[in-house]
Amino acid sequence: MTKTDKTDAAKAGDRELTFGGVWPYAPSPESTDHVTIAPRHELFLGGQWVKPKTGEYFATIDPATEKPLSEVALAGDKDVDAAVKAAAKAFPAWRKLSGEDRARFLFRIARILLERAREFACLETLDNGKPIKETRDVDIPLAAQHFFYHAGWADKLDLLFPGQRPEPLGVIGQVIPWNFPLLMAAWKIAPALAAGNTVVLKPAETSPLTALRLCEVFQQAGLPPGVVNVITGDGRTGAALVRHPGLAKVAFTGSTEVGKEIQRAVAGRGVELTLELGGKAAHLVFEDAALDQAVEGVVRGIFFNQGHVCCAGSRLLVQESVQELFVDKLRRRMDRIRVGNPMDKNTDMGAIHSQAQLARITEMVGVGVQSGCALYQPRCALPTKGYWFLPTMFTDVTMSHRIAREEIFGPVLSVLTFRTPEEAVEKANNTSYGLSAGIWSDKGARILWLAERMKAGVVWNNTFNRFDAASPFGGFKESGFGREGGRQGLRAYVRLAGGWLPG
Amino acid sequence: MPVPVPKTYKLFVGGKFPRSESGRSFQPNGNPAINVARSSRKDLRDAVVAARAGLAAWSGSSAYLRGQILYRLAEMLESRRDAMQQELVCGGATKAAAKKELDLAIALCTWYAGLCDKVQSLLGSQNAVQGPFFNFSTVEPTGVIGVLAPESPALVGTLALLLPLLAGGNSVIVLVSETAPFAGLALGEVCASSDVPAGAVNLLSGLRQELAGQFAAHRDLDGLLVAGRPDAVLTTAAADNCKRVRYCDLSAAEWRTAARLRSLAFVEPFVELKTLWHPVAQ
Repeated sequence: MTKTDKTDAAKAGDRELTFGGVWPYAPSPESTDHVTIAPRHELFLGGQWVKPKTGEYFATIDPATEKPLSEVALAGDKDVDAAVKAAAKAFPAWRKLSGEDRARFLFRIARILLERAREFACLETLDNGKPIKETRDVDIPLAAQHFFYHAGWADKLDLLFPGQRPEPLGVIGQVIPWNFPLLMAAWKIAPALAAGNTVVLKPAETSPLTALRLCEVFQQAGLPPGVVNVITGDGRTGAALVRHPGLAKVAFTGSTEVGKEIQRAVAGRGVELTLELGGKAAHLVFEDAALDQAVEGVVRGIFFNQGHVCCAGSRLLVQESVQELFVDKLRRRMDRIRVGNPMDKNTDMGAIHSQAQLARITEMVGVGVQSGCALYQPRCALPTKGYWFLPTMFTDVTMSHRIAREEIFGPVLSVLTFRTPEEAVEKANNTSYGLSAGIWSDKGARILWLAERMKAGVVWNNTFNRFDAASPFGGFKESGFGREGGRQGLRAYVRLAGGWLPG
Repeated sequence: MPVPVPKTYKLFVGGKFPRSESGRSFQPNGNPAINVARSSRKDLRDAVVAARAGLAAWSGSSAYLRGQILYRLAEMLESRRDAMQQELVCGGATKAAAKKELDLAIALCTWYAGLCDKVQSLLGSQNAVQGPFFNFSTVEPTGVIGVLAPESPALVGTLALLLPLLAGGNSVIVLVSETAPFAGLALGEVCASSDVPAGAVNLLSGLRQELAGQFAAHRDLDGLLVAGRPDAVLTTAAADNCKRVRYCDLSAAEWRTAARLRSLAFVEPFVELKTLWHPVAQ
């Protein structure tokens, strides 16, 4: 036990068991011999692998080593058009198929995903940089659950919308981000297919491999050609897709800035739109909370997936009476976060996803320091190659600081304080975002009082960052509109009799 | 026979009946006998402030109480039949059409009155998640919603857009029919005598061409419901703060059909779903 440890523990008034650097964790890397990655990936159109008409390819790299993993096709306008046409061609037969048969395809996809779970987990970790622990336990099982869950709805739409004659919309254009590549693909594709739509999906430029491998699963499952088409590319590809006149609906997950651009791009076209955008979630800790559990929740809230989470608990609001104690506990917990090789099963925090994102995080942390907030980062050796950032906490933060207002999308926590529940509500809601919130308290009535007042689409009480296919997810205010998951998530993929027109 | 006392057509904002702050008025359909307040951008901004306050009162009321208040609107319309029909006739409706429109307006009020305390059960859910968690989804109002009402029908057009928003707990600012604003504005008198909290319903009259863009661009409006075809200019402006936007393009026959105007599907786009997680443990 080092001297610092003793002092900190004494200050916190409780006992802890620490071993300092005496017993370091032995490396425990996940094997990758069962994962092969083709040197080049084409576009998946009409059930076939097709070369892009642009003739261009770009590299996708492993952010933990900066080594290229593969080349993927860059889809241009003509490729986007071909993809939408392939989806449109597949639509009449797919919508006509019985709900029961659509369900069977989706069930089969869920099963195959689980059969190949470890392969997908490894591939996701390699392409994304997130720890294998998370891809293995969260991303892949949840992706499979989404297909299984929505399979069950495919033949029960009349139970879901009684008397409203639910009909599929048509071809859906879906654009997804890089932070949960396979999971986001599943969130988008599963409900669309269950409701009888066909899909053109554009994965993120920097993390396309698992969505492309998912196409192999579709082939294995015998999914009819053209029902799902995957086109890789950059922002231009996404822009061409959402502007394509053949789409009945656009579903987007990503930044608020791009979400607004998409809302403008589809304006006046009568295209349905759902947006799942950014966040700056408040994580409230009251003095009566189970503080040690709350520490775990706060750590899960901001350091899960390197903080590349739209619903990350990036603003900790801690009650003034326990601020010192809580921040101290948090500091000591942060010291024990293992940052490093994402393929190591012991790793808690992997690589930052890209150089661009690392630059953004570095810039915002610089802003925090310059504006006088107190920085805390544990001492920890980082690999020399790859993109890395230490778990970071700022104290002495006020509501007007940029680090308390802007989404950083990295492992950076801003700590603010409050005295009364009213002040906590005021501060929590003082943002243009409204995706998620967390509340830690031992008093049930207070939790419900606060939860009622949070302007957020998901409120985690005495827990944080939990996800489930049965649980609707999505935001208030500028965090977007529409839900994904649950009964309500399916609503965005059907047309009902009556109702108003989309904008 | 004493000299008649004609009504000044004023706005309804924050439970009060102001003129336009701009001091302007216009003559609907070029009728030289009647001056109607011509709202400005500042009137809209004042209405949004009032509606923000009204939202707290309205959404903070129990769903049962909101249902009773909407039912009270039906009662007040019934007792003011003659006056309201006169407003419709003043806007160009025949007496027979005005009577039918009143029947429909009252039918809409009673239907949505009964819906208020059902919305939660119909749109919310309890969700079977993995792990030891109690998980449920509730609905809340989107917030302050701007409405651009159709030119006709003057009364039903306003109510058919207003009532589902109120049933969802929102506060509303309506720009009433430009060519026939009389019945729409007179709804303010109905609201004022029905315990509708100040600011929950706000009624503006004026030129749609002048105000539609202001509604779309106002950053403290959370949603926009527009009578007419989807409009790229309005939606583009509305995207500035991710407004929820819907358009309502009905035929004359549909505007006369109660079944077409009463739907949960009208409530749904302007409520927000909130999902709560709580661990289950000893």
